[in-house]
Amino acid sequence: MRAVSPPPMIQVDQLTRRYGSVTALAGISFTIPAGQVVGFLGPNGAGKTTTLKILTGYLAASGGQARVAGKPVDGDPSFRKALGYLPENAPVWPELTVLESLRFAARARGLRRAALPAAVDAAIERTDLGPMRHRPAGALSKGYRQRLGLAMAILHDPQVLVLDEPTTGLDPNQVVHIRALVRELGQDKTVLFSSHVLQEVQAVADRVLILDGGRLVADDAPDRLGARLTQGRLTVEIGPDAPAETVHALLAAVPGVEAVTRVHPEAGLCFELRAQTDVRAAVAAAVVGAGHPLLGLTASRADLEAVFRHVTKESAA
Amino acid sequence: MTALVVAGRELRGAFSLPIAYVVVAAFLVLSGSYLFVLHPFFVVGRATLRPLFEFAPFLFTLFAPAITMRGLAEERRAGTLELLLTWPVSDGALVLGKFLGAWGLLALAVGLTLPAALSVAALGDLDWGPVWGGYVGLLLLGGAYLALGLLASALTANQIVAFIFGFLACFVGFSVGRLAEVAPDGLGAILHGLSFERRFSRVARGVLDSRDLVFFGTVIWLSLAVTAERLRARRWR
Repeated sequence: MRAVSPPPMIQVDQLTRRYGSVTALAGISFTIPAGQVVGFLGPNGAGKTTTLKILTGYLAASGGQARVAGKPVDGDPSFRKALGYLPENAPVWPELTVLESLRFAARARGLRRAALPAAVDAAIERTDLGPMRHRPAGALSKGYRQRLGLAMAILHDPQVLVLDEPTTGLDPNQVVHIRALVRELGQDKTVLFSSHVLQEVQAVADRVLILDGGRLVADDAPDRLGARLTQGRLTVEIGPDAPAETVHALLAAVPGVEAVTRVHPEAGLCFELRAQTDVRAAVAAAVVGAGHPLLGLTASRADLEAVFRHVTKESAA
Repeated sequence: MTALVVAGRELRGAFSLPIAYVVVAAFLVLSGSYLFVLHPFFVVGRATLRPLFEFAPFLFTLFAPAITMRGLAEERRAGTLELLLTWPVSDGALVLGKFLGAWGLLALAVGLTLPAALSVAALGDLDWGPVWGGYVGLLLLGGAYLALGLLASALTANQIVAFIFGFLACFVGFSVGRLAEVAPDGLGAILHGLSFERRFSRVARGVLDSRDLVFFGTVIWLSLAVTAERLRARRWR
């Protein structure tokens, strides 16, 4: 008997959104299974925030369908019980204290009176807001406001968390704390978060969705995206005394090598090779056999920044 | 139920800011001054609250939009509307909660004039029938104004613009009956029927006609329904 896989927590199918004559989303589709932390990347105006707002029911789609926790987002608002949402810039009611804000959020979300104190305390503890519980939200620093926004998003223990730029405008210490919190939340929740910070996505997400011009241009694990971009690429570093032209010709003559490019000329003799097969052993043998000192031979790995630049450039082209 | 949670937050939020205190205090000072000082109360020598019920509707055209101008406009400006509308709170419950919170504040201001009524009763033989009628009328009229003010607040993210729209709507509602006298017969009858002032005066005299109750109820319901629809339509903009 085959195991039945759990239904996806977020399901987006051919989602489109137009603002007048401008198409913000041009039919994107993806699914996110339970327990995955997904980073949503894209340049400004790519459609990230629009997608997140549609998933939370704040905006209506022009076409296509979206489901959260199995329920359509354009129908009954009860699907929002399974959803926690932190909008961009973490809006708060400045006149309410942290405790009042959380109590209000809990009651508006329909938490039973008996369960309310424990839920509020748990959210405060998880977001480290204890010392601020009696402070008006308007007097909180940006970092604490962000934490309050997160606390309001998680206090009903939702299955799905949608976070729009959760670390924007925070200082480095606050960024580290929020990233750690998102990672921790991802252990028992499905998290979809947007970010401009590629290192953040690389550090926190299991999977990356890259959006550009309202279209999904990449969807994979951060490491695999990097590997895909750099598949068949080798970086070879050779002792600086060797003549560059000779080494170039030597490398180009290795069977299987399709292209040789000199890179980082300021750093000595460094070449990038492109090949369809694993040519590392042949390259090493050729260089050493010609009497040149081989200082390094590594399979190239692109970071997410390179992937991002590559896929958004490709998409623009 | 959710509407009551929103209403409670509205009320608490209003008293965390100067606006509630200013509105209540200004209403009490102005209505009290009119009742005891500006109106020749002691010269007339009659125990009546009629001046209060003549003056309060005009004050409400200012105070009701002042209460509601923050309502949705500020939520939208501050981004908290996005929070509320992504919680399991329906548009209708949110609008109703906002309205009930504002109505609660207005009812408190009206209720705080009761000591004035008791003072007048101590000075002479006060006929309580029209007094209770006047209070019911103020709550109904105030409710209609607040609902119009909330609708104005849903039209813009700017509080000042919301206040001006709200004031205009309340002012037109109250004074439309006066145009009936100069309007052609058919139109005059319609304007007469739409007059907040005429209906309020009837209730304030102690005449509780179901048609007046239905009228104010309809204005409130219609304004709140359009406000909720406005919120719903925002999802497509």
